[in-house]
Order: sequence, then structure tokens, then C-alpha cells
Amino acid sequence: MKELAKNPLFSDREKEMILRDFRGTLMSAIEKTPKPKSIYDYDDRFFLGTPVEAVIGLQTLDDLLNRDEQREKDGFPKKVILGKIASPRGKKSVIVPTVVEEKFYHDNRPIVPGQGGEEGGSGDGEEGEVIGEAPLREEQGQGGKGPGGDGDSESHDLDDSRAYDIGKALTEKFNLPNIQVKGKKSALYKYTYELTDVNRKFGQILEKKKSLKNIIKTNWLLGTFDPENISLDKIIICPQDLLYRIVSREKEYESQALVFFIRDYSGSMYGETTEIVLSQHVLIYSWLLYQYQERVEKRFILHDTDAKEVDNFVKYYRLNNGGGTNISSAYKLINKIVENENLAADYNIYIFQGTDGDDFDSDGKDAIPEIEKMLTYVNRMGITIVKSGNGSGESYVEKYLEKSKLLESRPDLLRMTVLDETKKNQDDLIKSIKKLVE
Amino acid sequence: MELIKNDFKKVMEECKRISRDGGLRFRDETLEFIITNEDMIRLSPKGMIPTLYEYWINDVYVLQDKGKYELFPGNPYETVVNTRPPISFYNDNNPEWLNVMIFYHVIAHIDFFQNNVFFQKTWLDDFLGKARADAQIIEELRSEQGRWVDYVIEFARGMDNLVDFFGNLNDVESTIKGTSDQARFDYFFDEYLQKVQKVTTFKYIEELNKYNELAKEQGPEMGRTLFLGYAGKKYLDFNAKFEKRVKEIKPVTNDVMLFILENSPKLKKDDNAWMKKILQIVRETSLYFQPQIRTKILNEGWASYWHEKLFMSDPRLRTHEVEFSKINAGVVSLQRVGLNPYAVGLRLFKFLEAKANRGMNSYAYEKLADIDARTKFDTKTEKGMNFIFDVRTYYSDFTAINEFIDQDFVTEFKLFVVGKRANPQKGVWEYYIKSKKAEDYKKELKDSLYHPPHVKVDLEKTLKGEGLYLIHNFEGKELVREYISNTMLGIEFLWGDKVVLETHEIDESLLKHDENEEDDTDVAEIKVPEIKFQKVIYTMENRKLSKETAS
Repeated sequence: MKELAKNPLFSDREKEMILRDFRGTLMSAIEKTPKPKSIYDYDDRFFLGTPVEAVIGLQTLDDLLNRDEQREKDGFPKKVILGKIASPRGKKSVIVPTVVEEKFYHDNRPIVPGQGGEEGGSGDGEEGEVIGEAPLREEQGQGGKGPGGDGDSESHDLDDSRAYDIGKALTEKFNLPNIQVKGKKSALYKYTYELTDVNRKFGQILEKKKSLKNIIKTNWLLGTFDPENISLDKIIICPQDLLYRIVSREKEYESQALVFFIRDYSGSMYGETTEIVLSQHVLIYSWLLYQYQERVEKRFILHDTDAKEVDNFVKYYRLNNGGGTNISSAYKLINKIVENENLAADYNIYIFQGTDGDDFDSDGKDAIPEIEKMLTYVNRMGITIVKSGNGSGESYVEKYLEKSKLLESRPDLLRMTVLDETKKNQDDLIKSIKKLVE
Repeated sequence: MELIKNDFKKVMEECKRISRDGGLRFRDETLEFIITNEDMIRLSPKGMIPTLYEYWINDVYVLQDKGKYELFPGNPYETVVNTRPPISFYNDNNPEWLNVMIFYHVIAHIDFFQNNVFFQKTWLDDFLGKARADAQIIEELRSEQGRWVDYVIEFARGMDNLVDFFGNLNDVESTIKGTSDQARFDYFFDEYLQKVQKVTTFKYIEELNKYNELAKEQGPEMGRTLFLGYAGKKYLDFNAKFEKRVKEIKPVTNDVMLFILENSPKLKKDDNAWMKKILQIVRETSLYFQPQIRTKILNEGWASYWHEKLFMSDPRLRTHEVEFSKINAGVVSLQRVGLNPYAVGLRLFKFLEAKANRGMNSYAYEKLADIDARTKFDTKTEKGMNFIFDVRTYYSDFTAINEFIDQDFVTEFKLFVVGKRANPQKGVWEYYIKSKKAEDYKKELKDSLYHPPHVKVDLEKTLKGEGLYLIHNFEGKELVREYISNTMLGIEFLWGDKVVLETHEIDESLLKHDENEEDDTDVAEIKVPEIKFQKVIYTMENRKLSKETAS
């Protein structure tokens, strides 16, 4: 670090940028440590055996928003946060309106880096012995959960039903514009045949493992199965126990819009900055979903110095990496995807990007040509720059975009909005979205 | 939601009989309901109380990554509701044998509710009925006051963890406050004889016998009245002293919510009397849930102990052994990493029972130093069952952990504290066994218990009339800063004037590095800066929050 401070190759501004990346990398690694389950997280749900993890909304979104407006008139702060992502206990993620009941609580978050949490445990082993590992960064090991984590199969998908409502509210209540669809891409659907349904007694493919389990269960109860001495003569195979996969017809709508979300997950994006970008992307996604009547496909690109595509929202939402920043890597990746898959012909393409405005490519000599290329096929590209508290003045991205004059020459395609890290309330977010999509 | 069918109720009654034979004590009436998933979704934000008042935030209740305890610490979630008669829930999908097992679990919960002393304030309550009446009051108020009712609920709930549960349990003050005979009677024996007259034990018992005689002849009610007449003649200053004592009662400063309820200048106005009703309802709801939170480990341990014990010897277990083992293991097995209250509580009861059976909770055992003699120690008292029943009656999680977690317990069940550290070379968090010492494990358990911040009213400063002055008794953890503003906003609304909060926060000036003076360290070895806390004073006035550092 001392060497960095003296290095004449970097300007002060760049040094600051590198330091922020470094800090954030450290902090996010600490924050990402799996949280221990408190004793109050256990309850009699064991016995009732139902997933009450679900999200509840007995009130319509309209009611909630009206209530919030009224609160403001009555002189109290707004309380409803629209697009919060909830994934209770790592299960399916949903976009929900949410509220927090504020009280005086003890703050149990780690105070300084370097403090690991403690929890209880049991079993064999000596003091000092390592009994389990969990990846520092989630992406490094799929399913690499902390020990003791229950091996629930996770569905990483985003549940769209709620997002659609929120998109509707955004359009109607907050006057986000309606899209004029270019060209005629009528709603199409097609049938696909999949081997996803399971059927007893007959079908196309035998589910060996499940069937075997059933057979053992039945025979265990009948007393014909003795694990010490398995004799195949005695085992009875009941047709009821055999499970098959069966072909089923699924109706699929073809999507009309494709949206790329780009998120900078470098170290400097730690904390609020990322929160804001994510909240905004969730809201934009909801809005598009409503605009295209749910026929929207989404692709997620994360980048630090390298870009990569992740296949689901939960990863996009959860992953934090750290490291430096090179935005053009993400642009290149998108251009490659669009070209290779010939997406421009079939879809209305949207690109939304969230960053803190730092870029090692400080004059944009790699980024600008890629943006120009993207502008040939996108319906809209929106760049959100969230300024972190200590970053002052114009960021590199702002500078090179201005220099390129693309913002002025293609206002129909390219938009940029700058947010302050402290401006994280709903209204500011929606205002900035308006700037991007109007 | 519907009552269980008759034949199933018969099964339940049979379970009750078996439980009674096992030693559990509870009142006869219980109600059982079959519920569906939808019922559950509707009920869980209300702490499974079907009749609890309506509140809009319950409807947007969302379980987030944060864990529900942190968001809604008032509402522990059980299959049983502690009310008169107790009600319990069964899933409509559960097979019958499973419901039998659950029923044993439920009965043990009921036994715990009805015998553990921390629940004594709830013993006479038909909480469900009370909640229904409260809900009606709130509905009526809504029709008069509209949305302002919801604001008051919101602000009241914002401080519903600032209630003095233990003080309330104790409440000498509030019994004295009553002008009834009972209050005079309590005062006579609890304070007058002991503190004013300073009588000898012999004399004290003499007076007590006098009352007992009267009670025997005339019944307790009449006996008390007669006794008070006698006492007033014998001790001439007794009645005067009692009146004086009543006047002396100072406002309770440990219970912020009660203090506001009784002393807020705004709530004293006739126009605002309705707000008091809401505060009272919210406060009582919070107090009702407190014993449940404070006995989580014991209550679940007790229920698990009995469902295991009773169901294992129940003929209805036959042919379901495998399924039972699987479900039971899911509930009560100790995890490699994590604190499961069912598992720890169950082990604790089994451990204490075995220990008491061998007469090990005795001085004779304690004074033994020889490890061999300790292992072999057995006076065959067979008092284990009695002992755990006492634990069920007189202990809370904290007192039980504090007293009973020792090295024997930790060693027997191979418990330890797990630490977590980063290993940058491998890019992983390592979980390692940090300590197998009982002291450390005990501390870990204690730290994980429910513990709201202790905030009290500074009476002197408040009486000056410059607003409500609150002091947060700092215990090494600062308050969640993001929540301070809205919480204080609510308190200001209910107090009707400026509110001040004195608390401690990290002195951030010490945490910030000098940008130019970077140290030469690696990620893994970054130094932990020394943390210093400083006193800060928040002031909420006219809905504007300001903060200053106290000198």
C-alpha cells in the first residue's frame, strides 16, 4: 500500500479509486459471511410442516401507496419500500413491497473488519480444529454452504407475479411512461414437450431412485426388507411404487423484450451503492415486465475487471466480488452475446447499468466504441452512476460520456442519471428511473 | 379453521390422561383446531392469536433474510396459544400418528405455560377473549379517529420492547396502588410489619395465625376484612401509614411505555384519552409475549422431552417408528454448527434429571475434587423427576443457563463454541472449534438470548418540563442508528413535546484512516482499530432529529 501511495504512475484520483476498491473488497468479504441462525429462528413449524416463508400481501399495492402518500401529508416519513427483494432463508426470491417496524434495538452487526461471529456447535473434534469451510465469495463454490446449512434445494428464480403489480403501480402511480413498441413483434406462443411431470405406474422413463425408495418403504412396512440380509426373492414390487417421468405439453409465450442488467461488483461498490443499484434494477425490471405483459427475458452481467454472465437473479443480487473496475469488459460481453445469439433481430433490447463511475479505462477509449456498437441495436440504454460519499466531483464515466457527446447526439437511445449514495429513498430512485426511461 | 373431529378429540383426551400419569399438571379444558396453510399465513404475523387486533403492517409482513425475530421480536410462534382454555393447531395434512406426537408436545407446552412462574401474570387471562375485546375497541376507535389510530399503534409498537417485564412481574407498587382490601392487606404483611414496625419473626407469625384463624372461620374474603379492622385498632398508625405510602409512590422510570402512558402531558388531555387505550393494548400484548421469549429454550426443551418420552411408549407409534425418528431427529438433534433451542433444552432436562437421580446437586458432590470419585458418585436419590419439575416451575432461560451449564454438560454432549475466520489463501471462511470450555459456551448461549436495550426515564430532568429525557443504559452495543429517528418521532408524538435520548456510539473519528498514511499490511492482517464509545445525545423536536456529542 505504501508503494501505491508513492507510485507516480497513478494520479491522486486513481489512488483513491484503488483504495476504495480495496476497502470494499475487504468489507464485503466480511459481510458475506453466513449469518448464524438465532435460537429464536427455530419454532414449532417443524410440526405444522408448512412453508409460511411465503410473502403475504393482504393489502393491495394501491392501498399501501395511498397510505404512504397520506403519511407524507400528515407529516410523517414514508414507510413502504416498493421493490425489495426477499429471499426468506435462501429460498425463491420475490420482489415485494415492504415495511420495517423501527424500535430501539441493539446493533448486532460487526463493528470493524476482522471480527468473525461466534456460535454454538457440537460433535467430535479438538479445540482449534477446523470443522467446516464456506467460501469467502459465494461464486467460488456452488452449494458450498456453511456446515450445518440445511441442504434445501434452492430455486434461484425470481417470482414475477409481484413484480408485475409493482410495474403496474410504477406506470400508473408514478407516471413512468408507456413504451411504444417499435416494429410489429406480435405475441407468439409455442408448445414444447417436456419430460418434467411425474406419474405413477406408467410413463416414458422410470425414476429409478424415487421408485427404489418407495419399494424399500413398502417392503420395510411389510417386513420383507431386512437391511442386514437383503434378499431379492422376498422383495415385492408394487406397481404403485414405480414412478415415471411422462411427457407433458407446456405452453410457452415467446418473449418480446430482452433486458441486460449490468452491475459493477468491484470493491468500491460495497454497501449502499450496491443496494441502490439493485433496488433500481428491480424497479426497472418490474416496469418492463408490466410494459411487455410479462414477456420479458432478463440476462445478468456482473463485472469488475472482467465480466461474466450469471444465470439467475439471486446470483446477480447476492454476489459481491471486489477487485478493480473495467466497464468495457461488460460491454464487450454483451456485444458478443447479442451477436452470437442473433438477439437483435428477435427482441427489443434494453440495457441498464449500475456503477459508481469509477473505471480504470479512465478516458473511455475501450468503452466508448463498445457503447456506440450497442446503440445500433438497443431500444434504450440507461446508465446509473451512484456516487459514494467520499467520491467527489465528476467520475470518469461521466467525463468520458460527456466527451463522447453520445448523450446529446442519441438522447433517444442513451441516458444517464447520477444519484447520491445518501439519496436512497423511493422517490429519488423513481425520479432517476424516469430520467432513464422517459 | 375448525375444531378437530370427535374421534380425534377422544384420542387427545387419552393423551391427556397419559400425560397426567406422567406427572404433567394442567387444567382440563383445551381446544384443538385444524388449520390450513392459508390460516397459518394469516395467523403467523399475529403470533398465532386469531383474535389479535388488525394492523396494516401485519398484512405486509414479509420474512426477509434478516430473520423474523429481529423484525418482530414480540411474536414468538408456537403451535399452542397460552390462553384459557389453551388452544393448539394441527395441520390438515398431518397423518394422525404425527398429530398424536404433536399433541404430547403441545400438552407439555401447556403444562409449562400453566406452571412456570414467569407466566404467572397470564394465568388468569383468557387472552384470546381479551384480544378480541381489544380488537373491537380498536375497530371502534378506527371508525372515530380514522388513520390516526394506525399512527398511534405504530408509535406504540415502536416502544413496545421498552416495557419492564420483571418489574411488572414483581409489582409491589401496583398492588399498593389499589385501594382495595387486598392492597392494604399486602402492605400490612409485606411492608408495614417488616419495615415500619420491624417486628420479630415470632410476632409476624402470630399476626399471620390471627388472620388464618379468621379466614378459617369466615372465609378468606371476610377474614381479610375482619383482620384489617383488627389491625387498624391494634396498630393505630397503620391506616395513616398506608395512605402516606400510597402518596409516596413514584412514577416507574424503568418502564418507558408505562411512564408515557401515565405521565404524558399530551395523553392527559381529554381529547387524547383514546390514545391511552391503544397504548395499553399494545403494552399488554407485549407483556403477554415476554415470558414466552424468555423461556424459549426451557419451554421447547420441556415439550421435546415429553413428546419423546410419552410418544415412545405410546402404542400408536407402532409402524411409524421410522417416520417418527426422522421427524424427531429433525427437531431435537444437535447441529454441528448452530444453537437449536429444542436440542439444547432437551439435553439440559435429561442431563439435570440424570444428575439429580444420582444426588449430584448436593454439597457432597460439589466438594469432590477427584475426577474418578465424581464419575462414580451416586447416592441413588432418584429425585431427578422432581428436580426437573422444579426447573420447569422456577427457571427462565437465563437463570437456567447461568446456573446449570457446567463443564459436565458441555463435555457430555460434546458442545463447543464455533469460531469463524477467513483463510485468504484458500479463499474460504473456516469454521473451527474455538473453545470447549463451559464458561465460553455459557457466554455464547447467554449472548444469544433476547435482550432489548434497557432504556429508562431520567425523572429529574423530565420533571423540569423540558421534554422527556431517556437514558439508554449502555451495555457495549450501540442502538441501530437507522431506526432511532422514527422511533423517537413516535415517542415525541405520544409525549407531545421534545424527547431526548442519551446513548453511546462508536467514536468514528478514531476509525477513519488517514488516507495518506496507509499501512503496509495484507488483507488478512489488517489491524483492528481500537474502538471507543462516546456519549451522544439525540434530540427529537418538532419532528426533527438532531445529534450532539456529549462532553
